[in-house]
Amino acid sequence: MTSSVLTPPSGTGTPPERAHGAGRAVAAGAFRPRALLEALPLALRKFDPRVQLRNPVMFVVWVGSVVVTVAAIVDPSVFAWLVAVWLWLTVLFANLAESVAEGRGKAQADALRRTRTGTVARREDGTEVPATELRPGDRVVVEAGMTIPGDGDVVEGIATVDESAITGESAPVVRESGGDRSAVTGGTTVLSDRIVVAVTAKPGESFVDRMIALVEGAQRQKTPNEIALSILLSALTIVFLLAVVSLQPMAVYSGSPQSLVVLVALLVCLIPTTIGALLSAIGIAGMDRLVQRNVLATSGRAVEAAGDVSTLLLDKTGTITYGNRRATALHPVGVPDDELARLARLASLADGTPEGRSVVELCAERFGLPAEASADEARAEFVPFSATTRMSGVDVAGPDGTTVAVRKGAVASVLAWLDEHGAIDPADHERVRRIAEEISSRGGTPLVCGQVAGSRALLGGAIELSDVVKPGIAERFADLRAMGIRTVMVTGDNPVTARAIGDQAGVDEVLAEATPEDKLALIRREQKGGRLVAMTGDGTNDAPALAQADVGVAMNTGTTAAKEAGSMVDLDSDPTKLIGIVEVGKQLLVTRGALTTFSVANDLAKYFAILPAMFAALYPQLGLLNVMGLATPESAILSAVVFNALIIIALIPLALRGVRFRPVSSEQMLRRNLLIYGVGGVLVPFLAIPLIDLVVRLIPGIG
Amino acid sequence: MSDTAAGLLQLLVLLVLLAAAWRPLGDWMARVYTAEGHWRVERAIYRIGRVDPDSDQRASTYALAILAFSFVGVLLVYVIQRVQGFLPLDATAGGDAKGAVDPSVAFNTAISFVTNTNWQSYVPESTMSHVSNAVALAVQNFLSAAVGMAVAVALVRGFVRSRSGRIGNAWVDIVRGTVRVLLPMATVLAVVLVACGVVMSLRTGITLTAADGSTHAAAIGPVASQEAIKELGTNGGGILNANSAHPFENPNGGTNLLEILAMLLIPVALTRTFGRMVGDLRQGVSLLAVMTILWGGMLAVIWAAEAHAPAVTGGGMEGKETRFGIPSSALFADSTTGTSTGAVNSLHDSYTAFGGGGTLLNMLFGELSPGGVGTGLYSILVIAIIAVFLAGLMVGRTPELLGKSLGRREVTCAAIVVLVMPALVLLGTGAAVVLPGTSDALTNSGPHGLSEVFYAFASAANNNGSAFGGLTVTSPFFQIALAAAMLLGRFLPILAVLALAGLLSAQPRREASAGTLRTGTPLFAGLVTATVVLVSAITFLPALALSPIAEGLVATAQIGALP
Repeated sequence: MTSSVLTPPSGTGTPPERAHGAGRAVAAGAFRPRALLEALPLALRKFDPRVQLRNPVMFVVWVGSVVVTVAAIVDPSVFAWLVAVWLWLTVLFANLAESVAEGRGKAQADALRRTRTGTVARREDGTEVPATELRPGDRVVVEAGMTIPGDGDVVEGIATVDESAITGESAPVVRESGGDRSAVTGGTTVLSDRIVVAVTAKPGESFVDRMIALVEGAQRQKTPNEIALSILLSALTIVFLLAVVSLQPMAVYSGSPQSLVVLVALLVCLIPTTIGALLSAIGIAGMDRLVQRNVLATSGRAVEAAGDVSTLLLDKTGTITYGNRRATALHPVGVPDDELARLARLASLADGTPEGRSVVELCAERFGLPAEASADEARAEFVPFSATTRMSGVDVAGPDGTTVAVRKGAVASVLAWLDEHGAIDPADHERVRRIAEEISSRGGTPLVCGQVAGSRALLGGAIELSDVVKPGIAERFADLRAMGIRTVMVTGDNPVTARAIGDQAGVDEVLAEATPEDKLALIRREQKGGRLVAMTGDGTNDAPALAQADVGVAMNTGTTAAKEAGSMVDLDSDPTKLIGIVEVGKQLLVTRGALTTFSVANDLAKYFAILPAMFAALYPQLGLLNVMGLATPESAILSAVVFNALIIIALIPLALRGVRFRPVSSEQMLRRNLLIYGVGGVLVPFLAIPLIDLVVRLIPGIG
Repeated sequence: MSDTAAGLLQLLVLLVLLAAAWRPLGDWMARVYTAEGHWRVERAIYRIGRVDPDSDQRASTYALAILAFSFVGVLLVYVIQRVQGFLPLDATAGGDAKGAVDPSVAFNTAISFVTNTNWQSYVPESTMSHVSNAVALAVQNFLSAAVGMAVAVALVRGFVRSRSGRIGNAWVDIVRGTVRVLLPMATVLAVVLVACGVVMSLRTGITLTAADGSTHAAAIGPVASQEAIKELGTNGGGILNANSAHPFENPNGGTNLLEILAMLLIPVALTRTFGRMVGDLRQGVSLLAVMTILWGGMLAVIWAAEAHAPAVTGGGMEGKETRFGIPSSALFADSTTGTSTGAVNSLHDSYTAFGGGGTLLNMLFGELSPGGVGTGLYSILVIAIIAVFLAGLMVGRTPELLGKSLGRREVTCAAIVVLVMPALVLLGTGAAVVLPGTSDALTNSGPHGLSEVFYAFASAANNNGSAFGGLTVTSPFFQIALAAAMLLGRFLPILAVLALAGLLSAQPRREASAGTLRTGTPLFAGLVTATVVLVSAITFLPALALSPIAEGLVATAQIGALP
């Protein structure tokens, strides 16, 4: 077993300078006003008190609406009826918010549902059974053109599979038995070949089933933060209930008893209806934003945890660097630059490996050499890489009928080969070895390139292959650092190489020569320090770490074990997405906090509207509090109620889209959000209520 | 020197003294509550009480200890009052026997002193014997204060400890608070007060000869000793009916300043203790800043309202001692209502609408500016939890305070603490004003009458104990309702706070990162201040609108209408 080495790379102490406004906002889902109309039927069904009971704040509004309606029937007046109507509208708008959020997932769910119906499974003995009767452990045969009947692992064979029904990605993927690409999903279609699948999911609990439930929000459970917030909102509601209930005896004592309609109107205006109405929509929309990014979370809890993550474990390969090593530089020894380029290109022309192609690309880019083989070159004989020679290249026909051999490969092997066929200057020998060592110490891989024509050996120089850090990744890590998130790069590379790449990418820590056990140990260590850890993984041996991590994102291409251990599945299998997932999680919390603050801050203005309206008849001097200049007591109260209802509709797009989130420090973010939603929340109703009053006062019997 | 300039100078002296004491006293208290060893006298107490001082209690055990201790306290205080007629030193100034205290008064008083409220529904000179005063009431002045400090310290331990679930030992905290903090300070203060002219005697009365030659019997007693702990423990129950307005309790400007200082000393220094215990002094400073802003703001309101009161000369001197004048009265009134002390050197009922409203609002903030001994610290921490919960969401993380995340259960506890007081005040006031007997119990009708009832319940539920006056509270309804408000207003929050302490202590303490909302910053202090003001404003605005606000606006309009 290799030992792991943890090394904090140097030079990452201070985040790199970033231009102002370089942060990106989380992508927003567009909101169509038409969606409100489409959601209307569903919203009307939610008037059921049993549905309302789930949301204490809105339940109070619902009861208030009933009370005012009864009061309006018993003692009819324009004012009482208008208040009743607007209270019902408040409930309706809250229902609409939730319905719109739910409706967005519905279309997606319907499409998924179609993949399930009518699938027939063929057992290995040839008998056919409906897919719904399959049990875990059953083995089924799937051939080209057939739909895979259920989630499972390929136990025999290899096939190309069209997974577009699940991932939306049209390019087929290869699924084969053994290894990390054995998992198949029910509802996807085999395009070629034949595989035997061992079913792993019970009917009704398959991946597609979970996904449908998820996007429909059917089994949505309140997340921990949402519950905590609901408790706070309930406490606030109780406080206001007490304030209003105790107000009546004081009003009676003062000689100005208030009507039930006015008291209910005051109560509804005070309780945090705005956030109460939008709370579940915010949660559903948060999940929906993940689904739009092709990430499926098994629970809302996981999405929320993503916002709390303070350590990200990122695989080097595929996340921080492109998967393959690429040629990044040529180091000629004893020959001009372009001569080495010519040799390197020639040696790599027939080499179909990613490394080989990258050499040709480099030569084309830097020296203008053709990227495609000419007709002559195409006739050359390709000498493939072998474990014994440790080099590859081509043999081409020389000008005088001799054979010219061009090779590139491991330093020692190519040098030995050159020495064998002709004399090489020992000084060049030494130089190329030194260059090779330097390349290694940078984390790269050196290749030596040379040519043998007859008895004349020519050393070209060294080709540097290195891991290329994805562009922009260092900036993203700097953003993460600003948000208080540490990044740990996990790689199987040796510590020297790992540290070199880590420095380039700007990660906070490097876990080199990492085994799955090391990953698990690192996660436990971080968690012991009270930090939440997120990671991505695809292999079966990642499963324990995925399960241990607070947020484990399994790649859809990964094994069933990995997918079950993780709390999220990324359908695009793009490990970079982890960063986006964290942002969605944070945005979810920010949106809730911001709208709660806004909702509570609104109350101040509502008091200034309603209190003078209630008691100016008793103490005319209280009319001084009518700073908004509302026309009559009735118009003042009605305007506050109308504002209270309309603000819900106005904020639905924000609830669905989420508050703009920028990767900045917590202090900056709090300052900004307090200013917008706290101070804004105090001011907005002071402006909006008088405007509504301008209209309301025109109603006969009110103004 | 003008009255205002003298007042400002006095304020400056007060602030300098507080600033000087803040650090040593705060650090001393932190050491008291974290030290390993026991003093010999403490060991003796533990042996007598048969408690293991080295056991670390869970929240439930701690809470049970506090409740049991307080229950026994209520019982003892009640019994001593009822049997004082059989004990010595039971005579009025005139020499008559006082006899047993009336059962409903004794019940109300027992609860009042054990809950650190020290609401007095009796006239001390004619009701309470020296023995009752010294053995029952003064003892509770120490112990109820020590209980408040113990609960605050237990909550702080919740933040400090990691994965423990234990919050200290209630017995040790009570004993140490009494022996190491309150007793030495009270002793020194009592001696200083005697030196400044406060009465200290076991005689029951003296005979005075007035300027016109007539003779009067004036009650005296062991005043200075009780006066010291009355202010230091933010208790407020006087041995004389006129409380700190009485020349025997508060003879001059010097003692007046000392008494104000004594009220503020421990609650203010506890912020330093908090910062010291959690290992980040800035945390304590930011809480102190919140307290200072609120206390200073209300002082400005009360002072300005009284100074500009419509009177022929000298502002609103009605109900104030000429020895103290407006600035010293306003300073005292602001401090006594801001600290849940409830001692008075002037009659709050006679304040202007806005000045009296200021003292009322000070209590409605929830007694945290700077609040009672211990209660102020835990109340402001609970408000900080609420503020951090909302603010924490706004920075995109599960909210956390000092490395402890605030989830469902923590928020529930905090919400209970925040809910109890408004519920008691609003429901109590609401019920009281519709009862037929209330209008007879009131000296004033209209908005000022409502203020009187409102103030009584605010004072009881916040364990302040000061009386607005003007309200006769001897009816069974008021005796029982106010006792209930005192009892629930004290112990429901204590239970919730201790549960919260246990929950926090059981959590691992997370390290702060750049993504964590930093507390201990000016932004945070502003946030907590805004939360206090906004929460109390939106809770009490309707009730306030009908009492001080209506009264004040009506009065202002009337003055405007004068020729």
